[in-house]
Amino acid sequence: MEPMFTGSYHVAKADYSSAGRASADIKRQLKQIGVGGDVLRRVAVASYEVELNLVIHSLGGELTLNVYPDLVQLISSDVGPGIPDLTMAMKEGYSTANEEARSLGFGAGMGLPNMKRNADDFDIKSTVGVGTTITMGFHLT
Amino acid sequence: MEERPYHSVHLAKDLCKGCTNCLKHCPTEAIRVRGGRAHILDAFCIDCGECIRVCENHAKVAVTDPISMIKEFKYAIALPAPSLYGQFRGLLNPEYVIEALRCVGFADVYEVARGADVVTRAIREKLKQPDLPRPLISSACPAVVRLIQIRFPDLLDNVVDIRQPMEVAATIAKAEFVKKNNCDPKDVGCFFITPCPAKMTVIRRPLGQKKSGVDGAISILEMYGLLLPYVERMMNDPSYSPATKYGVAWSTSDGEANAVCPGNSLSVDGINNVIRVLEEVENYKLTDLAYFEGNACLGGCVGGPLTFENNYVAKNTIRQMVNQMPEVHPDKDVPTSILNKYPTKNDVDILPGDAIKLDDNMAEAMKKMNRMNEIIERLPGYDCGSCGSPTCRSFAEDIVRGYCTEMDCIHIMRDKLKIMAQQMVELAQSERS
Repeated sequence: MEPMFTGSYHVAKADYSSAGRASADIKRQLKQIGVGGDVLRRVAVASYEVELNLVIHSLGGELTLNVYPDLVQLISSDVGPGIPDLTMAMKEGYSTANEEARSLGFGAGMGLPNMKRNADDFDIKSTVGVGTTITMGFHLT
Repeated sequence: MEERPYHSVHLAKDLCKGCTNCLKHCPTEAIRVRGGRAHILDAFCIDCGECIRVCENHAKVAVTDPISMIKEFKYAIALPAPSLYGQFRGLLNPEYVIEALRCVGFADVYEVARGADVVTRAIREKLKQPDLPRPLISSACPAVVRLIQIRFPDLLDNVVDIRQPMEVAATIAKAEFVKKNNCDPKDVGCFFITPCPAKMTVIRRPLGQKKSGVDGAISILEMYGLLLPYVERMMNDPSYSPATKYGVAWSTSDGEANAVCPGNSLSVDGINNVIRVLEEVENYKLTDLAYFEGNACLGGCVGGPLTFENNYVAKNTIRQMVNQMPEVHPDKDVPTSILNKYPTKNDVDILPGDAIKLDDNMAEAMKKMNRMNEIIERLPGYDCGSCGSPTCRSFAEDIVRGYCTEMDCIHIMRDKLKIMAQQMVELAQSERS
């Protein structure tokens, strides 16, 4: 089934000055469509975390929003180093963020766990040396 | 026909030049310029008064009640906002202002700062409850509450469900006056001396209450000149329970936060700053915070568009005044009997506004959103305001809502005219041959 609404954002590597712009735009559009309350806030948190991950860890990627009648879907797809140990990456407090990221206050190691906690459906696939794709679903009642 | 929701901010049509000043400064994009003059969109206007501040032609005004209205009641009680005290440079004692109000025709005066003391206690009682939303958001600034209704409706559950100091003051003032003077409540009118239009609006269109206990609002600007000669005289203490320094400090930003939750609160002033921080609250970025105080005006209420004195000077006046008032906290000074006797909680819920949605039907809204994004691609992106909408994005939204067409964009029209001119030349040439 085709999504009724779709939007795509390119996120560049290490672009800290623009970090958060895509997720702010996603939140604005969802409000105007009529997605509100708890779902809106959870999508806002998850999209911010995944956008930041693209900035901090990847070599650049695409953040896609798909809206279906009963589901809001967020897909993050990047080119990058990939995640060697997925289990460790999903642990709270574990971070592979570099010097620059930490100096700006990022790299607390809460990104992926936050995403998983806020999404109703969470799937992550990664290949070392190639890239990572994260698919999150948020159910609309 | 459905009645238009009341707003105190109005346009004086004859003075409006149809420029783009207010259009570009409205924090909720509630203004459009069509037919050579500004129009305020009722559903988006929060009565913050930014347009009043920026209009160079004095065409934007707040319609408040005239002082002559007090004559409609046998007894008129003045409810001065504490920001009124900050209007008189060098004033160290609020009692002079209180006595001056009696001199200009009010039968009695009840300090809204005292209402703020009662509300401080009520909020502090609430903060003792477990499982409160983080942060709890102050309901004191009606412009900020309306902003939340329209733009951050998911944060309405965080807004504390306690009445504004003005309302609590009106309830207590009226009850105590009636009891003391043994008169008919219908003969008593309460008048708030206001620094801003938002508080005028909330009297006619209450937030969280079925009906306001206040009968009218007179602007500080109108009262200042009348009070000044009297303030300059020494007067006796009236016999009433005076406000503490904490209640008086509610007139400046962080006064409320300092009274209610000094350990873990944040005060933000200026409507655009409030918007930015509420975005962060919405993103769950401030969940360690217990209390949030948002003020539409810089400096807090002393910076209201209907005040006389410069907001920094007024804030300083309040600070000097507060520094030499006795150290008494509402926790000790407001007896529990007052909390039990007079209502301090809302009696209706504050509901979200849905003007921001493109359509009530989500599928339709998505279709409109798609059309909107498509149109934006074709627009020049100058945000010039010539079409009468504040930005190219809001112009695309207006097209999709059916309020205007693409040709209202002068840049698109100019490009089309160039093509048409070229076509006319070609037509003329082909006819000749």
